[in-house]
Amino acid sequence: MGSTQHLISRLSTVGSGVNMSVTEAHGEVSIEVECSQLHRCLQLLHDQPDLCFEQLIDLCGVDYLDYGKDSTQANAGCTGPRFAVVYHLLSVTHNHRLRVVVRLEEESLMVDSVIDIWPVADWFEREAFDLFGIIFIGHPDLRRLLTDYGFVGHPFRKDFPLSGHVEMRYDEEKGRVVYEPVSIEPRVTVPRVIREGGSGERNS
Amino acid sequence: MSEIRNYTMNFGPQHPAAHGVLRLVMEMDGEVVERIDPHIGLLHRATEKLAESKPYNHNIGYMDRLDYVSMMCNEHAYVMAIEKLLGVTVPERARYIRVLFDEITRILNHLMWIGAHALDIGAMSVFLYAFREREDLMDCYEAASGARLHATYYRPGGVYRDLPDSMPQYESSRWHGEGATRERNQDRSGSLLDFIWAFSERFPGCVDDYETLLTDNRIWKQRTVGIGVVEPSRALKLGFTGPMLRGSGVEWDLRKKQPYEVYDQMDFDIPVGTEGDCYDRYLVRVEEMRQSNRIVRQCVKWLQVNEGPVIVENYKVVPPRREEMKQDMESLIHHFKLFTEGYTVPAGEVYAAVEAPKGEFGVYLVSDSANKPYRLKIRAPGFAHLAALNEMARGHMLADVVAIIGSQDIVFGEVDR
Repeated sequence: MGSTQHLISRLSTVGSGVNMSVTEAHGEVSIEVECSQLHRCLQLLHDQPDLCFEQLIDLCGVDYLDYGKDSTQANAGCTGPRFAVVYHLLSVTHNHRLRVVVRLEEESLMVDSVIDIWPVADWFEREAFDLFGIIFIGHPDLRRLLTDYGFVGHPFRKDFPLSGHVEMRYDEEKGRVVYEPVSIEPRVTVPRVIREGGSGERNS
Repeated sequence: MSEIRNYTMNFGPQHPAAHGVLRLVMEMDGEVVERIDPHIGLLHRATEKLAESKPYNHNIGYMDRLDYVSMMCNEHAYVMAIEKLLGVTVPERARYIRVLFDEITRILNHLMWIGAHALDIGAMSVFLYAFREREDLMDCYEAASGARLHATYYRPGGVYRDLPDSMPQYESSRWHGEGATRERNQDRSGSLLDFIWAFSERFPGCVDDYETLLTDNRIWKQRTVGIGVVEPSRALKLGFTGPMLRGSGVEWDLRKKQPYEVYDQMDFDIPVGTEGDCYDRYLVRVEEMRQSNRIVRQCVKWLQVNEGPVIVENYKVVPPRREEMKQDMESLIHHFKLFTEGYTVPAGEVYAAVEAPKGEFGVYLVSDSANKPYRLKIRAPGFAHLAALNEMARGHMLADVVAIIGSQDIVFGEVDR
């Protein structure tokens, strides 16, 4: 795998007018771009011969609502935009990877679709729409993908309960499947604890 | 002139060739497929959301249940992501054990695939032969981890325990007399490594058997050659990885290009196809079984002579040994903390990927230094492959759709997650 320094220096050649902040951690390079410049930036990353990211390996949404919050709810939670869309790119030619992050406010949860650059984005974007409610502008067929037909809500948002809102069963009298409010109480077996620094060798 | 009308057909979710719960809505022009709209999610369990509510180690078991025919490879990606954030170094013996079991898993997966795929296209016997060998490998799983399928064997920092010195033996019964039982137990008299070695001795011959049944079989070739052709550049754009990408002629394998664990010390070759059709993908997978067998042998040889720890001795992440826990106060505290609260992982985000049998299996992990993942995204290879089904099957006959689904090696545990 090519050195990350090499990739970072190449990233600076991405056309002018694209503002990005480059960070490196754990041997991985990630960049953060503005929502309005995202499509242009990804197009350049795909097209430029010295970067040449032919593959979109992964696309996913992240909800930062509870980031840094433990079970006591004492901490503040997230600061900054609530949502993010994360793209993982891979260049087979140069053997390097890149993560592209775009942060989105809850009020304007829209980002340009990249289906015209990588057709694989089709289902990834449908999934992110389904689970987080992120709208991908220019996607030709933005339907739900993983959840049930007629599902209400976006289940991977942090304010969506783990046990959901409705449960379903077969009703003998009506002779069909009926949806009812969930009857189980949510329970936490192991509370969420936050310890700065973590337990690894980096700490000891 | 009679009026010709396209009609829409439903395929699955209860169809033996749908490999689980796949529902396809197909627009047909006679017997030719015009468009396919796969409806997935019938096996959606929200693994990623569940993982957010559980300590890191509790989620290892969920990883087995994603792609339930290549269990340990899924665990591998997950524990690698955690290790990256924690910054722990895995002992060398554990690395070899992981590579050994990754390759055993690859053989397991491809055996399942070759059996099911051949059965879909009408060859019955391969299935039975493939499952005979699978049985032996699942015995290896059982000997190492205690479970035949959902192993939960890998841990951040190594593997759960060292390989056993003995294999379980058959007992004689009404159906197997003394002599037959002695014969069945012949390979089982030594350690697990001896058993795997004996398996690797006979396995290439087994692959030859499958090839005799299929590779030059006229019906097999008629059903697979020229079906579902994908150009190399298109395969990259469609997000193909693993044998799907290599079948199209792109030489890309994470084990070679971005080696993890001890793959850089292994001697093996990467098979690559030329045409990008179902037949090439079949050939690639068959050759991968042979290459995996080579890696297994190298690992067994190394493991037989090199002893050592199989998990790090960092009691913040790994529980102390039971004897120590009974004697030492410090160990008792560590044990208590680990089993009530788990360990916390430094804040940050990582992506770790392994070359799973089906392609690149990746885990994107976001941590906010809590004892549970903040966000876990599983990148399943089958997801991208199935998304391309519409494009691959367009213009083919209905029966070819079955061949294409088979050659994609779809498992719904990972597609739906």
